Amino acid sequence: MTTGLVFNIQRFSLHDGPGIRTTVFLKGCPLECRWCHNPEGQSFSAQPLVKIELCTACGACVDHCPSGAVTMTASGPVTRGDLCTACGTCTESCPQEGRTIAGRMMTPVEVADEAGRDLPFYGPTGGGVTFSGGEAMAQIDFLVEALTACRERGLHTAVDTAGCLPWSHFTRVLPLVDLFLYDLKLMDAGRHREQTGASNRPVLENLERLARRGDPVVVRIPVIPTVNDDDANLEATLAFLRLHGLNRVDLLPFHQLGRGKAPQVGRSWSLGEVPGLEPVDLDRIRARFAQAGLAVTTGG
Amino acid sequence: MNERVRKLREESLRAVPAISSERARLIHEAYLEFEGAEPAPVLRALAFKHLMERRTLWIGEGELIVGERGEAPALTPTYPELCCHTLEDLQVMDVRDRISFRVDDRMRRLQEETIIPFWRERSMRERILQRMTPAWKDCYAAGIFTEFMEQRAPGHTVADGKIYERGFADFKGAIEARIAAETGKDEAAQARRDQWRAMAICCDAVMILGRRYAAHARELAEAEPDPGRRGELEAIAARCDRVPAHAPRTFAEALQTYWFVHLGVISELNVWDAFSPGRLDQHLEPFYSRELAAGTLTREQAEELLQCFWVKFNNQPAPPKVGVTLKESGTYTDFANIGSGGVTADGRDGVNEVSYLVLDVVDEMRLLQPSSNVQVSRLNPDRFLKRACAIARRGWGQPSFFNAEAVVEEMVRMGKTLEDARCGGTSGCVETGAFGKEAYILTGYFNLPKILEITLHDGRDPRTGKQLGPVTGPAAGFGSFEEFWEAFRVQLEHFIGIKMEGNDVIEDLYARHMPAPFLSVVIDDCIAAGKDYNAGGARYNTSYVQGVGIGSMADSLAVLKTHVFDQRSFTMAELLAALADDFQGHDRILRLVRDRTPKYGNDDDRADDLMRLAFAAYRDAVDGRPNRKGGAYRINMLPTTCHVYFGSVIGALPDGRRAGLPLPEGISPNKGADRRGPTAVIRSAAKMDHLSTGGTLLNQKFTPAILEGEKGLEVLAGLVRGYFALDGHHIQFNVVGRETLREAQRKPEDYADLIVRVAGFSDYFNNLDRALQDEIIARTEQGAD
Repeated sequence: MTTGLVFNIQRFSLHDGPGIRTTVFLKGCPLECRWCHNPEGQSFSAQPLVKIELCTACGACVDHCPSGAVTMTASGPVTRGDLCTACGTCTESCPQEGRTIAGRMMTPVEVADEAGRDLPFYGPTGGGVTFSGGEAMAQIDFLVEALTACRERGLHTAVDTAGCLPWSHFTRVLPLVDLFLYDLKLMDAGRHREQTGASNRPVLENLERLARRGDPVVVRIPVIPTVNDDDANLEATLAFLRLHGLNRVDLLPFHQLGRGKAPQVGRSWSLGEVPGLEPVDLDRIRARFAQAGLAVTTGG
Repeated sequence: MNERVRKLREESLRAVPAISSERARLIHEAYLEFEGAEPAPVLRALAFKHLMERRTLWIGEGELIVGERGEAPALTPTYPELCCHTLEDLQVMDVRDRISFRVDDRMRRLQEETIIPFWRERSMRERILQRMTPAWKDCYAAGIFTEFMEQRAPGHTVADGKIYERGFADFKGAIEARIAAETGKDEAAQARRDQWRAMAICCDAVMILGRRYAAHARELAEAEPDPGRRGELEAIAARCDRVPAHAPRTFAEALQTYWFVHLGVISELNVWDAFSPGRLDQHLEPFYSRELAAGTLTREQAEELLQCFWVKFNNQPAPPKVGVTLKESGTYTDFANIGSGGVTADGRDGVNEVSYLVLDVVDEMRLLQPSSNVQVSRLNPDRFLKRACAIARRGWGQPSFFNAEAVVEEMVRMGKTLEDARCGGTSGCVETGAFGKEAYILTGYFNLPKILEITLHDGRDPRTGKQLGPVTGPAAGFGSFEEFWEAFRVQLEHFIGIKMEGNDVIEDLYARHMPAPFLSVVIDDCIAAGKDYNAGGARYNTSYVQGVGIGSMADSLAVLKTHVFDQRSFTMAELLAALADDFQGHDRILRLVRDRTPKYGNDDDRADDLMRLAFAAYRDAVDGRPNRKGGAYRINMLPTTCHVYFGSVIGALPDGRRAGLPLPEGISPNKGADRRGPTAVIRSAAKMDHLSTGGTLLNQKFTPAILEGEKGLEVLAGLVRGYFALDGHHIQFNVVGRETLREAQRKPEDYADLIVRVAGFSDYFNNLDRALQDEIIARTEQGAD
């Protein structure tokens, strides 16, 4: 049986599709969005998460690491990804409870069993399981088996994807997915590459294909001030959605969570100072989409 | 709400609770006259009649439903025959910060010169405390259990539909027919005759009260210059001419009928949980639809009448409590509880138009009293449930949600007929009962974690050093979890036994000295049996013992099992040392306990199975034992405010709880133990066998943003439906505001389970960094909506 690398299973998830849901976060993503609020989802390997603000530089993690992957620097402990085996010894040794391991191997059945626990709450609310990430579809073999197992348990299934994958991945999950949550970030190819590290061509092409097939899709637009909230991008986005008859949109306002989490995986925050999104600005964008005849929700 | 209701509501909210001396004086007069000359039930009935004939009447300006327990709203009588307050009690009541009652000099003088000399020795409290064994007293003092009847009377019951179909003249007729048909000559027959005579006197008494109110309303009408109000007063007089002597014919008469019965019950004795109308929507529906069709009532008028009715409940603070009773129930609320929804007697959807009217009134009135509940059946429409959820998310704690199917099943298990079960429901906090047909008495809270503590100390209470339980061996000598558990069960049996022996004596004392002939008139089958409510006259007689601290039990057992016996991370001796030191200087143990132990509330069978083990042990120790009234003992799992008191008498517990801190309330997990969200808590809680109890209590806490919009309603309704599909008994929602979030920043350890909506997702508040927390606080309004 295939196994998958899961970094979180969130029950009572209300913002990733209809009803009360369980969201399964799969590790690994082909994109590196600067504003990413789940940076621990980017790497395809299990890795330590370190709460630097708790660290007293006692060195216990350095001393206990069997692979010699941790060294102490002036700015706290640093873990070498190429040496770390995510064995978890450092999490046990840290007296501050400041270290955890993100990423656990699970079988599709384990995931589906866990997702099925809240079945009594799904029925009355139209809820179910949502696969997210990272990029939910990056571990495609595992995803297909996990979706199959969830369907066997009678669960409504949703997949949250950024779409930057070959179409052949989609064709494998299409019969198993009740709803796609499809992230659409930037229309301009250059800006997309600059902000996410990848081309938006497959993103747009795959979305167009889904739309043409008539699969249920909610387009999710993270609204990042100074990145994609300008008139030109909004107008281009609207034009694309209208052209392809995509009429359900969910606006996800930017929040600062990713900024606090970036150092936990040893990354610097490359987006720089970004102001929070003012409610009036979000309302303005929302109105603009609504006026174009789209069904708009905000915040999932 | 209109101007009239707004004014009445404000007066009610502004009224300052004060002690009224009238009842004590009148009851005293009656006892001086009749005690010794008449048997107990008749003495009680004559005292009740004396009170009804002479009590001061009150019709407030603008009132449509009339009658007060005291001379005016919030004036609260004492019941010296139950609890004879000392002068010091009166002083404490007068000055204490919370739940205070003004006491004037007249009252103090009456108490000192008349009440105390006569009642000190013969109050029920005194009689009970004199009869309790030293072992019982030691346990009571140690906080192992409380005793409900030590200063308030059994009551805990609810009206059914009979008072809307028959008047007290009819009840009296039925009683007299029984007397005429009684041919027995023995002592039992004489006892029945006495009881019937007492009941008939009580019927007269309440009819006298009705007539007096009719006359008083007429007097006021004559003097009333405003023609509009004059008409209202005349209508009140006409209603009081009719009820409670005869069956009500209109919506307004129906409400006035109930209120006279309510006043009768709460004046006769200081009964726990006051009295309740129960399934008000189903009782009122025939009057409502008939009058609506006839054009004699509009929806607005019906709503106004209900609102006036609501105010009457809020005008009656629970009579003053002292000592442990105040600790276990520290509130002005007297637990009158109005229900809606559920099923009909023949098992159909019980929701009707009055159900929605009742919910509208609950929503608009926002009063501490009466409490409100919805009985949610799978047959009820989602519209009804969502309307109730829309009120619940406003965040002031009403209504609470009950599983109608589970409640019926619980009652059928206890031996009620299906129809009686369907016509019953819940009252007080969460207690299951057959309305109008059952005496279901809460007898006291039981401190489960205290038994655990005593087991770990070989039967001794470590707080006082007293040997309270049997010697079951030093804890360090237990070779396995099973050996420890066997010792716990021995201790549990021992203390339950002491509680029950005390209860038996108390039930007998009430049957002998403190019958309730008025209440007996309205509870089947007291008339048919010629037997008092307090002597087993009701069709069903249940005595409940309420278990507290199951969350502490589960997590403490998980620590013992995981660390002491399975993994041997530390020894029992090391754990005991840590407990003795309140975990000071035992960081390693505390860390293992807190962070490396499965915890109840996470849908984790390793901990939840231990909750089930503790629950089953408690249930089996209590359930099915016979009481003195021909019924049986059953369990509830609810705390009111007793989890704070019980926590204060327990040292550090194996689950990491520090000495003296409150226990988790109801069947909730330990504070901060649940980290997987509300669905996991609900699934954990549902692993308890709710159907083998008479009620359990689960609270859930949310911030407003999670519950906003149509989706929020769906989510709340989904949690209710989901929990009830798993056979959960009751759930209630709290919505926290900005102040709570600030408090959570100051004391994160107390709020580890607090979930907030961040932006497009939800997370534990503690997981967020300070800046995000501040942002959420900034956008969280006080209250909801």
